[in-house]
Amino acid sequence: MSTTVKPQKPWSPTRQEFAVSASSFITAIAIAIAAVKFTGLSGKIGFLFSFIVTLTTLQVIIGVRKFGRKALADNLAAAFIYVGATLVLFPVLSILYMAISKGVAGLHWSLFTQSMFTASFLDPVDQGGLLHALVGTLYLILISMVISVPMGILTALYLTEIKGPGAKLIQFVVQAMSGVPSVVAGLFIFTSVILISPLKTSAATGALALAVLMIPTVTRTSQEVLLLVPADLREAGLALGATQWKTVATIVVPAARNGLLTATILGVARIAGETAPLIFTIGGADKLNLNPFKDYQSALPFYVWKGLTLGTPESLQRAWTGILILLILVLSLFIAARTLGVRKMGK
Amino acid sequence: MTLVENAAKSTPQPRVLTTKPRVSDKIFRGVVTSFGISALVILTLIGAFLAVRGVQTIHSFGWSFITSYKWDVTTDDAGNVTYQVGIGAMLIGTVMVSIVALIVGVPLSIMMALFLTFYAPQRLRTIFVSVVDLMAAFPSVLFGLWGFFVLMPMATYWAKLLYQYLHWIPIFNAPEPFFERSPFIAGLVLAIMIIPIVTSVSSEVFAQTPLDRIQAAYALGATKWGMIKAVVFPFGSSGVVGGAMLGLGRAFGETVAVYTVLNLVFAPNWHVLFGSGGNIASLIILKWGEATGDETTALLAAGFILFVMTLLVNLAANFIVRQTLKSGK
Repeated sequence: MSTTVKPQKPWSPTRQEFAVSASSFITAIAIAIAAVKFTGLSGKIGFLFSFIVTLTTLQVIIGVRKFGRKALADNLAAAFIYVGATLVLFPVLSILYMAISKGVAGLHWSLFTQSMFTASFLDPVDQGGLLHALVGTLYLILISMVISVPMGILTALYLTEIKGPGAKLIQFVVQAMSGVPSVVAGLFIFTSVILISPLKTSAATGALALAVLMIPTVTRTSQEVLLLVPADLREAGLALGATQWKTVATIVVPAARNGLLTATILGVARIAGETAPLIFTIGGADKLNLNPFKDYQSALPFYVWKGLTLGTPESLQRAWTGILILLILVLSLFIAARTLGVRKMGK
Repeated sequence: MTLVENAAKSTPQPRVLTTKPRVSDKIFRGVVTSFGISALVILTLIGAFLAVRGVQTIHSFGWSFITSYKWDVTTDDAGNVTYQVGIGAMLIGTVMVSIVALIVGVPLSIMMALFLTFYAPQRLRTIFVSVVDLMAAFPSVLFGLWGFFVLMPMATYWAKLLYQYLHWIPIFNAPEPFFERSPFIAGLVLAIMIIPIVTSVSSEVFAQTPLDRIQAAYALGATKWGMIKAVVFPFGSSGVVGGAMLGLGRAFGETVAVYTVLNLVFAPNWHVLFGSGGNIASLIILKWGEATGDETTALLAAGFILFVMTLLVNLAANFIVRQTLKSGK
């Protein structure tokens, strides 16, 4: 005699309510089309504008008829919030669309096999390539990872495991550091390394500037992840007689492994597209340079920047193609971080 | 029998218990602590290295470095170089562009944050959170390109409309009908760029609103908007202010996107729609390529001023956000 109780959803719209809102939606589209046809409003923006205004009005009227005047402010606020949130989507979609549609025109295979050493930015688009920039970006990412991943994770460990007397101050400093403008990071490395140390303008100096920006991102994400590791695990380790070092190295860090990887990826995504610090620190070469510690280097964002500032149709086409490749790089890092994060949550 | 005898012979000695850490722990703690302090060291070094240059510049140009509007480097026939550098116009421009960004970006971010926390169904929320995170990951040079080629034509039209109907308000007036590359358009691009950070801070604060107060408001018969007005806003408003200030810090320091969109002019301009403006970060990359000697030092000093501005704004913002989040617990 067991009956399973079927879950009820009394708040979900009935068929009649659904019909009413659907018909108001259709009416709004019809009125918007009419408005574009017969009044001064024109184009997609005019259509959207009149559509949003009519739909909001209709929804508000329906709400007020059903719940009385008290619902007026509530419905209006809800409408504004929905519209505001949707408005934010437009630039994102537009940016993605532009990057893809403009960038595709300049894609060809020799992009990945040639540098700009023999071709100029003003030459037709099918000449030259961005191999040198790809290699440069790769070097920049690798070197800044080597510096900032250990530093970021160890700083996070200091904040979560040791919680020393300076933890509050360090927390504050890390947050302040994440707000350092990227230009300032570039200027800093220029004055502190390029001007006075034997290491001159090269991929390494660019990577140092990027590391300044990457450390706070890695630290803050790692810290969040390490805080998620249950205290039980730490206590269990200590109770079994492990030292703190053993507990952290064999229990806490492995438990947070995926999250720390996510932190690294987010850090890389943060710096992969940075342009401003590179202007002061990598010099901007046009030929392939395989030595990361000597001579001028290029990078994808710098390649885009150069194409953009030259401003001819060919160089702009190169810039759009460069940004498309950079965007693909950043997006794949982003998706990788997301899927890792989701898997962590699923456990 | 033997058992008891044995027990009597060898009385178990108590283990020695100490709180002294082992050598491995000492090394571990030492290494981690020194890395923990490194963040502080780096930040201090940034300030110190740029401050040295800044003091040099203030020393040779005096306070006119901050107050004057001219940036001229001229070489006369004898080869003597005279420097006339001042970042006054750039300071005005930086603040104006950032304020436009806040006025446009913060309301949108608040609406987005309310949507994410209180209105969106679960599935929509996941999508929107991804979109906002994605916005934060776009390279700034992409915002620049998009702002120049896509937003500018549209925004110029909006600027013309604003000028046509509101030019009697001084700030919407313009000395000439030139509306491209204005602080207004640069501010719009920046507004889009600061939406992710303001949204994520605001929604984090909103999500901390004590549930009992929310339920109390509903129990008293409040509508959702009534609840937000009575409970969420009073609780979260200072957090939103903190988030907006973090956005302001970003807007101060943004370089490439502003440089691409804005028309840098070394003259003070208070007309937001007029195509002439300034931005310290853009000034630095504009003049860097050709700068030598004292001009380079002056650019480093400008960088120092930018660093101090963003640092102060960020510290204040973090302090406010921390206070709000603490009061929710």
